[in-house]
Amino acid sequence: MPDFLLEIGLEEVPARMIAAAQAELLKRTLALLIREQLVPADAVANSYSSPRRLAVVLHDVLAQQPDITEETTGPAVKIAFKDGVPTPAAEAFARKSGVAVADLKTISTPKGEYLAATALRKGRSAAEVLVAELPKEIASIYWAKNMYWRAGKPERFVRPVLWLVALLGEVVVPVTFAGKTAGRATYGHRVLSSGEPFEIVTPESYLAQLEGEYVLADVEVRRQKIRKALDHVTRAIPNARWREDHPLVDAVTHLTEWPDVLLGNFEAAYLDLPEEVLVTVMRDHQKYFAVEDARGKLAPHFLTVTNIALTEENAGIIRQGNERVLRARFNDARFFWEFDQRVPLVDRVKLLENVTFQKDLGSYAEKSNRVRTLAAVLAALSISRDAILDAPAIEAAAVLAKTDLTTELVKEFTELQGIIGGLYARSQGLPSTVADAIYDQYLPASAGDAIPRSAEGCVLGLADRVDTVASMFGLGMEPTGSKDPFALRRAANAIVKILAESTLPLTLSDVLTAAASAPEVLAKLHAFFTERIDFYLREARGQTYDVVKAAMAAGTDDLRDLIARAEAVTAVRGSEDFLAVSAAFKRMKNILTQANFHLESGVVFVEGEGAPERNLHRKYAELHAKVNELRQRRAYRDALEAIATIRPEVDAFFEQVMVMDPDPEIRAQRLTLLSTVVAGFSSIADFSEIVTVG
Amino acid sequence: MPSVVEKKKSLTFQELLFTLQRFWAEHGCVLQQPYDLEVGAGTMSPDTFLRVLGPKPISIAYAQPSRRPADGRYGENPNRLFRHTQLQVILKPPPERVQELYLESLVAIGIDLAQHDIKFEEDNWEWPVGGAWGVGWQVMLDGQEITQFTYFQQCGGMDLDPISGEITYGLERIAQFLQDLDSIYDIVWSRDPVTGAEMTYGQVRLHEEQQFSAYSFDYADVPSLWKHLELYEAECLALLARAKETLIEENTDALAILRFPVLGAYELALKCSHTFNLLDARGAISVTERVGVMGRIRNLIVGVAKIYAEQGRLTAAA
Repeated sequence: MPDFLLEIGLEEVPARMIAAAQAELLKRTLALLIREQLVPADAVANSYSSPRRLAVVLHDVLAQQPDITEETTGPAVKIAFKDGVPTPAAEAFARKSGVAVADLKTISTPKGEYLAATALRKGRSAAEVLVAELPKEIASIYWAKNMYWRAGKPERFVRPVLWLVALLGEVVVPVTFAGKTAGRATYGHRVLSSGEPFEIVTPESYLAQLEGEYVLADVEVRRQKIRKALDHVTRAIPNARWREDHPLVDAVTHLTEWPDVLLGNFEAAYLDLPEEVLVTVMRDHQKYFAVEDARGKLAPHFLTVTNIALTEENAGIIRQGNERVLRARFNDARFFWEFDQRVPLVDRVKLLENVTFQKDLGSYAEKSNRVRTLAAVLAALSISRDAILDAPAIEAAAVLAKTDLTTELVKEFTELQGIIGGLYARSQGLPSTVADAIYDQYLPASAGDAIPRSAEGCVLGLADRVDTVASMFGLGMEPTGSKDPFALRRAANAIVKILAESTLPLTLSDVLTAAASAPEVLAKLHAFFTERIDFYLREARGQTYDVVKAAMAAGTDDLRDLIARAEAVTAVRGSEDFLAVSAAFKRMKNILTQANFHLESGVVFVEGEGAPERNLHRKYAELHAKVNELRQRRAYRDALEAIATIRPEVDAFFEQVMVMDPDPEIRAQRLTLLSTVVAGFSSIADFSEIVTVG
Repeated sequence: MPSVVEKKKSLTFQELLFTLQRFWAEHGCVLQQPYDLEVGAGTMSPDTFLRVLGPKPISIAYAQPSRRPADGRYGENPNRLFRHTQLQVILKPPPERVQELYLESLVAIGIDLAQHDIKFEEDNWEWPVGGAWGVGWQVMLDGQEITQFTYFQQCGGMDLDPISGEITYGLERIAQFLQDLDSIYDIVWSRDPVTGAEMTYGQVRLHEEQQFSAYSFDYADVPSLWKHLELYEAECLALLARAKETLIEENTDALAILRFPVLGAYELALKCSHTFNLLDARGAISVTERVGVMGRIRNLIVGVAKIYAEQGRLTAAA
């Protein structure tokens, strides 16, 4: 059976969008052919791309859809025939079904006798289906940003479509999209190929023919070629290696059709500039790879990935051009670095009055003051709980933290805010505790980042973010749905991560009450953070949702305690006794809910005649003391294991006792017992949340 | 060394301009003169900003000196200028394979594509003050951005149909590249065909950079600039108000419609924009004020775009 090839020829597609679009084209084309029964549900397909094309190849496509026999039900027989003569209703149904009235059948349904018709629907040819359906799939591909280009604006796509190739085996399938009808002509590399179109013979020859015209359409092949070339070229420098950078490898893979790698150099004098600045210039502005020596120190070289094969003739020219550009950019950076130092950070504090933080929250000077106060409160609280902290350093860092926003270097390299402040602080002789806290203030920026290296940095990070979050909530600007313009979720995630992963003796309430006092704002903040904690436990800690719910039900304020409890639940949840006890707790809670029973304070269970009740109560009393002692020591796993040993008594109770006894006295006693057990053992986790079946 | 050979052959700054203008003239462009008002970019010239509106096709090219007061460096930075020169090409609608046409223009100025690394990297353009945006690329030649290539999608807050293709060459950067120089000021501007004597970019323009940087950063009188801004704005607003009475369906005076000075209103808006840039360079606009003043200018520019489109519609209908 033939393969099917579709290639969409485009003007250069933004590198960041290619991988997803390629995957979507594959998914859509495959789903279409499966839906149309032209390939089996487990069909195999490949997809390819370069900056100028997206392509998909589906293997073993049927030439024709199978014919389908369809049975349709028509009007009731008593409506369709009057005195044995077909009525217009019968005739209309026959016509619609494409059969003669005489060929209609009668079927029995629970509602009575109905007419039915069996019609044969001829399968369409693969080409027919593709021509009719494929354009809709192409048009539905998602693009982060797309455009109109044709007069009358008939369609939007990422960039103008220049050509289409669609081949079923050797035969052209005239799929039409964006004013182009597919043929077999495609184009090779912009410069290395002749610029004239050439014809693809079959889907099988597609990759090799493109390669012959200097296009490596297989993305993985291109990526490997780049990685190998990076390795190879770097070998020219003894003991050096290129700095691994997966996103950059990805970017240059999607920027080239025929990649090669060139080594360039810069004057060693630029190495006096901070490495962070040099690497940002190379990576973010020039898409160059940095080179480091055996000790990981930056070396005065760079690697650029070209979209052309390098030759003896062109390599020198291309290197010279790239080196000149980098020199100019490094010169700019050096100019800014030296220029900014003329006004030290301490003298920039006043300048923050002119930098708006947010229009209702005033300038960065005002924000810095709030952060300074908050940081002092959190530091004092931590110190009162025996944490060792350099409070004056925290204050100094809070005052200076935002001053780098007034520097030229940060205006030029906004992605380095904080880092540049830290670098200037160090170079201006401030204590390293202060400089490091400033440097780390935006950590963690994402889930994968570490928290600030020092406790002082952690306090600053907490104070800065809780000020932002609480202030915004105070203005009623909390995130809604997908809208989070001030990235408050990210700020809250960072707070949770710092509380969970630092050694600071602070709870969530400590942090929130330091920043907000209005009860309604605090309530909203707590609800908001509950979601973030849930997210953190699942995403960063890999806990399952039921364990998260169970552990959070027993308190969320002390993050590290919560994590320890969740981990203990996960550790014991495999045991049969624990699962049985969890199931029993769920049952108890259901009974208590259905009975609408609430244990009044002072009411206790009084042992009576019933042995199962007495046994359960005694075991509970024995375990309760032990569990409490273990809980005090935070030996949660031991405590949970102890709780699980109540299983025989619980099982016996449920086997022998009917809780909802007709006698209200007995019923109340039993409910009191269950309520006591549930309440007594829920301080680590609410076991009834644990999913025990399936 | 190949580069030495290339340097000998490479075009002077003025030859670069001639060659590109000739190239685009040969491809059907009207060659227009630079707009004689201060603008920050070739895009702001009415030959781009207003002509891309409405249905009338046009191919036009012009060099545009572009003033950006805050970018001035007193002539001391070899890569930054208060005033640089763009060669602006507007193709409405863009022809098919317009990128190939652009690459031919590079060949015309002596760039052998096989000897260089050329990439089209995503770079979308946005001018919020003009209610304008488009998608496109920055064209990278051996790591240097030499051209902005944009497909305009909206202008003055209005969807465009047909769209326009805009090619903006950074002439100084290209000349620097062709002549293989570290400083803009060393670019050979002209070469006497008889004596071979060269004039450099620095000899022609350095004093402008020195004086206009000083004016923008140190001398420009802030209270006067605010006054200018208010005067230009008030007159522009008055014209926009009168346009509301003149540019209407019911107006039977076709000549009054035709002669209504939309272009005059646009110049007043451009004056505001440049005055704002000067105030900004003087450090006279706080971040808090900034948004507000930009909103005022946007109001003017988008307002002019709207009445321009309306005037075009009424004139075409008449």
